[in-house]
Amino acid sequence: MELTSNIRLFGRTKALEGEIDEFLNKLSESALLFKHALAIYFRAGANEEFDDKLKHVNALESEADHLRRSIERQLYEHTLIPESRGDVLGLVENLDSIINLLEGSLWNFSIETPDIPEEFHADYLALAEMSALAVEHVVMASRAFFTNIDDANNHNHKVMFYEKETDKISTKLKRAIFAADLDLAHKAHLRNFVEHIDNAADSAEDVADRLAIYVIKRTV
Amino acid sequence: MEVSTILFLTSGLFLGWALGANDAANVFGTAVGSRMIKFSTAAIVCSVFVVLGAVASGTGAAHTLGKLGAITALPGAFMAAFSAGFSVYLMTKAGIAVSTTQAIVGSIIGWNLFSGTATDSSALTKIVTTWVVCPLLAAGISMILFTAVTAFLRRSNIHLLRTDAYTRIGLLAAGAFGAYSLGANNIGNVVGVFIPSSPFTDFSFGDIFTLTSIEQLFLVGALAIAVGVITYSKRVMMTVGRGMIPLSPVGAWVAVVSHSIVLFLFASRGLESFLASHGLPTIPLVPVSSSQAVVGAVLGIALLRGGRNIRWRVVGSIVIGWGLTPVIAGIICFVGLYFLQNVFNQQVYIPVL
Repeated sequence: MELTSNIRLFGRTKALEGEIDEFLNKLSESALLFKHALAIYFRAGANEEFDDKLKHVNALESEADHLRRSIERQLYEHTLIPESRGDVLGLVENLDSIINLLEGSLWNFSIETPDIPEEFHADYLALAEMSALAVEHVVMASRAFFTNIDDANNHNHKVMFYEKETDKISTKLKRAIFAADLDLAHKAHLRNFVEHIDNAADSAEDVADRLAIYVIKRTV
Repeated sequence: MEVSTILFLTSGLFLGWALGANDAANVFGTAVGSRMIKFSTAAIVCSVFVVLGAVASGTGAAHTLGKLGAITALPGAFMAAFSAGFSVYLMTKAGIAVSTTQAIVGSIIGWNLFSGTATDSSALTKIVTTWVVCPLLAAGISMILFTAVTAFLRRSNIHLLRTDAYTRIGLLAAGAFGAYSLGANNIGNVVGVFIPSSPFTDFSFGDIFTLTSIEQLFLVGALAIAVGVITYSKRVMMTVGRGMIPLSPVGAWVAVVSHSIVLFLFASRGLESFLASHGLPTIPLVPVSSSQAVVGAVLGIALLRGGRNIRWRVVGSIVIGWGLTPVIAGIICFVGLYFLQNVFNQQVYIPVL
């Protein structure tokens, strides 16, 4: 009886490990697609290619939601990792909110089609690049939390670095926008899009902060 | 078997029940308290392995206890077991984690004093020394084991979920080993005093195997322990699992394994003869306290972490409890024997001519 339940335990564990990995893949993929979609937008506007990327991120978001629910349900139904399941639950939910932010940001580009003067393109793209890097490193930190806990702090450190970079770029960009010869509504509109892109890096940093605590909890 | 014999054996069963209710928590408390193993699974595994350990290798430690004072009359044995069980009950009520080992030793000395039998001082010294050595040894083993296991886990990069699954299996295996060692080491506490006056006769199942009178006695005692585990240990397990210093599941595993190794060392005849045959100093086969072993093991892990979480007042009260228990049991036994002899007219010892 106990033996069969233990064999099932290992089967279940393997399947759940797979789901967590897949969930992290969805987030990492969303960050890459986000970067590509913005590159397309700044090159050619919200064209069909941009819409394809948006649809793809949209699909990834739904799949990630589905995986998140499944992971949470299994952790609690089978009382797995009773010590850390609260932390894992928090981690998965916060990571999921990053995908939501990326998707929301692309939707805003698609719906509002902001008119961004060419002189700001380079900074917007750099901001998107740094934001995506922050998200990718938080994904790596999360993977390390499950398998190689010592490595989690290395990636966390990089998340902090890229978040600071996005802060610098976004401040610089906002100053430039408000110093430009544009009407106030246009300036405010452009500022919102700086914040949409920056938010993903801020969220990644929040997750990294929590992860740092989870790492301490697991190593004490 | 006479009714009076059964009546007198009941105190041993009571003591066995108390041991099952309390000491099963030392083996499975951290696992059940941290929700790594279900209580029902823990209770079944614990019961089965306690019985196996008691019947298969219970004689070694029981023998030393027998040397301390061979209680010659059944009513005397009844009172010794009863006063041990009662003092364990009292101390448990007062919230002090004690063990049947100290209680039964106190009781036997109480009987020795009452009957005018000389206490075998070398056996007594051996037993009391192990009470000091046992928690220290458990602490040492748990420190080494914890360092090794955590270093291994950090290097091996096993997935958190898989570590969890391995830890569950490990806790179950360590618990089974712990229960076996508990049965082997502590059965002597429960029915050891009845050995010289055992009412059983050897029993053979054809030519297949023979259960000696002592093994039958151990089987009955072990069943009483199992009943204690199943009926009353859940609450104590929860207290031990959550009330002591918070342990991670891996820490819990280390604590149980260290506890079990110590109990096993003090009960294994095989190890004793192996050491003796190689000219090495042997480990005395003595009933040691399961509670002392687990407290020592947990303290070992806590010290490794810098000792910040240790509540020294609690540790102090536990240590005082260890000293107080044999004294209380001895006094209860002495007074009880007086009443049994003078009010109920029972022969509590056979005078040595």
